Amino acid sequence: MSPRTVLLHEIAGARSGDKGNRLNIALVCRDPAHYAAVARQVTPERVAQAFAGRKPTRVVRYDLPKLAAFNFVLDDVLEGGVNASLGLDGHGKSLSFVLLEIAIEIEG
Amino acid sequence: MPDTAYIGAGAGFAGDRTDAAGPVADALAKCDGLRFLMFECLAERTLALSQLERRRDPKAGFNPSLDKFVGPILARCLRDRIKIVGNFGAANPRGAAERILKLADEQGLKAPRVAVIEGDDLAGVLSAQELAAREIDGAILRGATQIVAANLYLGGEPIAQALDQGADIVVTGRVADSALALGPLMHAFGWQRDNWDRLAAGTMAGHLLECGAQVTGGYFADPPFKPVARMADIGYPVAEIGADGSMVIGKPDGTGGRVERQTVTEQLLYEIHDPAAYLAPDVVLDLTAVTVEEIGRDRVRVTGARGKPAPDTLKATVCIDGGVLGEAEISYAGPNAAARARLAAETVAERMKRRAPGLQFRTDAIGLVSVLGNNEGAFARLRNADAADVRLRFAAQSVITAEVETLLDEVEGLYCAGPAGGSGVRRRLTPRLASASCLIERKYAQPRVVMLGGGA
Repeated sequence: MSPRTVLLHEIAGARSGDKGNRLNIALVCRDPAHYAAVARQVTPERVAQAFAGRKPTRVVRYDLPKLAAFNFVLDDVLEGGVNASLGLDGHGKSLSFVLLEIAIEIEG
Repeated sequence: MPDTAYIGAGAGFAGDRTDAAGPVADALAKCDGLRFLMFECLAERTLALSQLERRRDPKAGFNPSLDKFVGPILARCLRDRIKIVGNFGAANPRGAAERILKLADEQGLKAPRVAVIEGDDLAGVLSAQELAAREIDGAILRGATQIVAANLYLGGEPIAQALDQGADIVVTGRVADSALALGPLMHAFGWQRDNWDRLAAGTMAGHLLECGAQVTGGYFADPPFKPVARMADIGYPVAEIGADGSMVIGKPDGTGGRVERQTVTEQLLYEIHDPAAYLAPDVVLDLTAVTVEEIGRDRVRVTGARGKPAPDTLKATVCIDGGVLGEAEISYAGPNAAARARLAAETVAERMKRRAPGLQFRTDAIGLVSVLGNNEGAFARLRNADAADVRLRFAAQSVITAEVETLLDEVEGLYCAGPAGGSGVRRRLTPRLASASCLIERKYAQPRVVMLGGGA
């Protein structure tokens, strides 16, 4: 089978949570078989790039192979957080779908 | 000692559905073992807002939806000996407890034993300066003289004590959300306070339950990729927890929603930073060895929580006055709407430069970009877009209310002096709180259990 390009949205789910000006996004593979491909391609650098508009000062990825999941932590992307942001989504809860816009290659 | 306890979640935040707890209480009533119904309804800011309420009215300051949350399930829970544990006390746990006693009386019920957990409030314990010295990062509290609210996150211990003393209902102010489940489990199983793996399991159970439907298919649906059936009747979770720390997450029969690997995993990692070190008052939870296994329809077993000794310090959330947030919106529709919206935004910007040059404000173009952009983003999209329906939104925050009002006035002024067809101005001012996190030495945490009502 040849590799094909998909958006993460097609193969994974994501959920954001906030604490102050820090955002975490849990990324859960729908099929654990995709875990390795995601691990290889969705690097912290890739994620920082996807969020460039929010100027993250630090992006950390935590790997949870037993859960077929990853946890991304992005610092200083919430425009001050829910008590300071002037935006409509101070919690940054909609930002999980920015992560899901990243395209990766999978087999088959 | 029993070997199984059941904990259901009746609410996952202050604004949650108030009819969710009914089916959960019904399901709990059918379970054989110790049964608890927890309500989590105290977000970071909610408590500070409640503090302001209480200043206006000393009888207020607890969750204003208390009647709606507790009223419908009170008789059922007392009759079937389902213990209720909730943080709806907010800034006035005693007020909430008294209200519950009144509710029981109004419903013709025998007065329950209601325990109040106090001691989370740091007002009068630490000064603004002392709190500022303990702020984790950022410098929100530097120079602050007036604290609106400062509350420690208490753990499960005082809740367990209250239940040990025979409470039917436990009302707390600020406790760690997960403690609303851990406390009942410490009580049910008599877990030693240094049995870190058990405390970790109880904390994990609490974490999975604390957001209500978020573990049973809420906050999950994305059809057709992630379908969830009957969202209008979504069932809130009921967890079955063993004395050995094992647990199965389920939901009441006949309800909507979905409990499977993905719904549980998304919630497991919700608001987590380092999965190897989730700091709670009673234990440090390590999730890295956790597995999630579907064992039946809408039944998921979660195992492998590991614990490390509790942190030396407790977290506190401290709120100070953040001034006001002002927002104003205006719509442009039809041919060339985006160009007219852009001209409107430029006009406001130019006038604000003259009238309040120091005030930072944000412009969103709802219909083009409303949550994913920043100031520059909204403008860039506005230049290129060919939208026929754009709602401009302006927002600013300041401790100088007059400057914020100037922005709202300028938006309103677009009615007669702005581009053609501007319509539907809405404006509002909301008081704002700035919040900071502090780490507080444990000696300042002196939780107290106060028993009210029947037999007290």
